[in-house]
Amino acid sequence: MKALCWQGVNELSVERVPDPRILNAQDAIVKVGLTTTCGSDLHLLGGYIPAMRAGDVIGHEFLGEVVEVGTEVRRHKVGDRVVVCSIIGCGRCWNCENGLWSACDNSNPDPGLTDMLWGQPSAGIYGYSHATGGFKGSHAQYVRVPFADHGAFAVPDGVSDMDALFCSDAAPTGWMGADLGGVKPGDVVAVWGCGAVGQMAARAAMLLGAERVIAIDRHPERMTMTERHVGAETLDYTRTDVIAELKERSGGRGPDVCIEAVGLEADSAGPKRLYDRVKQRAGLTLDRPAAVREAIYACRKGGSVFVLGVFAGLVDKFPLGAMMNKGLTVRGAQQHGQRYIPRLLDMVSNGELRTAHMATHTMPLEHGPHGYDLFKNKKDGCVRAVFRPWA
Amino acid sequence: MKRAVLGAVSLGGIGLGVMRWRSSRRSRARTRREAARWLMVTINRRPEEVLAEGRLPEPLARLGDTVEVRVREAPGGRGTELGARPLAGVPTGATQVLARLGGEDPRQAVRRALRESKCLMETGEVLLPDAPPSTRPTPAGKILDLAVQRAGGEGRL
Repeated sequence: MKALCWQGVNELSVERVPDPRILNAQDAIVKVGLTTTCGSDLHLLGGYIPAMRAGDVIGHEFLGEVVEVGTEVRRHKVGDRVVVCSIIGCGRCWNCENGLWSACDNSNPDPGLTDMLWGQPSAGIYGYSHATGGFKGSHAQYVRVPFADHGAFAVPDGVSDMDALFCSDAAPTGWMGADLGGVKPGDVVAVWGCGAVGQMAARAAMLLGAERVIAIDRHPERMTMTERHVGAETLDYTRTDVIAELKERSGGRGPDVCIEAVGLEADSAGPKRLYDRVKQRAGLTLDRPAAVREAIYACRKGGSVFVLGVFAGLVDKFPLGAMMNKGLTVRGAQQHGQRYIPRLLDMVSNGELRTAHMATHTMPLEHGPHGYDLFKNKKDGCVRAVFRPWA
Repeated sequence: MKRAVLGAVSLGGIGLGVMRWRSSRRSRARTRREAARWLMVTINRRPEEVLAEGRLPEPLARLGDTVEVRVREAPGGRGTELGARPLAGVPTGATQVLARLGGEDPRQAVRRALRESKCLMETGEVLLPDAPPSTRPTPAGKILDLAVQRAGGEGRL
């Protein structure tokens, strides 16, 4: 089959690779219909997430058709149109049963790597390095879906593929930030990042009753999209003092909930940007946490900060003093998508949630390297490049 | 003056010797504690399910009498705490590093068996890694391959 493979830092190519097989009785094989770039892929591409091997198939946000099921798959059959959660969860460990799907104990066959790195092993993730199980990604014609009864969700009739696609990752990730960040009616919510996850977090905050939602970015086309399709206010961090502006817009209190949707390659304005970049380039720090820092300083006393962006290691200049003395709740997670996807598909079905506008560029899988170039460098207003492996 | 310097040097030397002796005692005691440590997993199943008909889960049972095992109910309705440790001595210090790289530290087999037991008891299967691979050999890839091969038996478990 055809697949988009990581070949080295900033190097991708489309290759012929072996078709996936059913290896466990609870596996399904899905013929990929649509698969999209995600901001977290850029960390792989840039070499910030170790444990990638030349030839690894990337991609984790996808939708397709079930073409084969293992003998223990009960909820799906051949021909089902499904959207698959990017995080693999077994559904039966204590964490999965308690809704903490990205903390699944059983879905990472290479647990020692993240166990050593973080003190506990992470869950498996499609196409996201051997630290998260070494599963082949979705930028391919077929993908193996372990624990298919728990990770694949039937797409309701009447919902288009493109609308359902983002229920695989961007929409549940954003929803989780607002939900677990504790957004309540009347809240002021600030979201760092107007990419797909940031837009979905902003929309989720609005649907959960936030009075005012302010999204922060520097790319005009993304900010315009957020205003037009999500209905949130926006702030350009290169043109204003974000913390002062957020204070002014929240009566001096600061936002009740701050959601960071940027990750380890965050940019900032001023000398801090140079400082973080130099340290990262010199290998003195793995992550650039500019947005997390700002969120902690901006948040109201006793408020909540949720970190949705992907981080890998240690960060420098983390404002622990502000966090402690302001009494903040700081939380983060890879997405617990399985607990949100059914509800999100219903919301897409009844028109409460719109996602298809984020697919700014659609192309055959053969154009994958070009798609990532557009996406990474934000050329031509690219918010998400979506690949059609069978086009 | 000469005598005072000599005395200070002697006292310093004795002090350093005592510190080193105490530190090496502490280090040996710590090594003994580490070697005797139980490796534990909590399985989201009741003890009578984990020990169905008095038998250990298959991956752990395969280790036979090379391990010591303990089972107790986890607090808060979290299932069963299953622990094991090798009966044979485990390598320590520099030999431990070599043994772990060579896949010969007996704790690696115990960690793997505990993880597989948990997965089997909770899900009914041991999840297999993707195959066949799509990767090509590179020098960095070979190092990663070694780490991945050991990953099932490694970590802080």
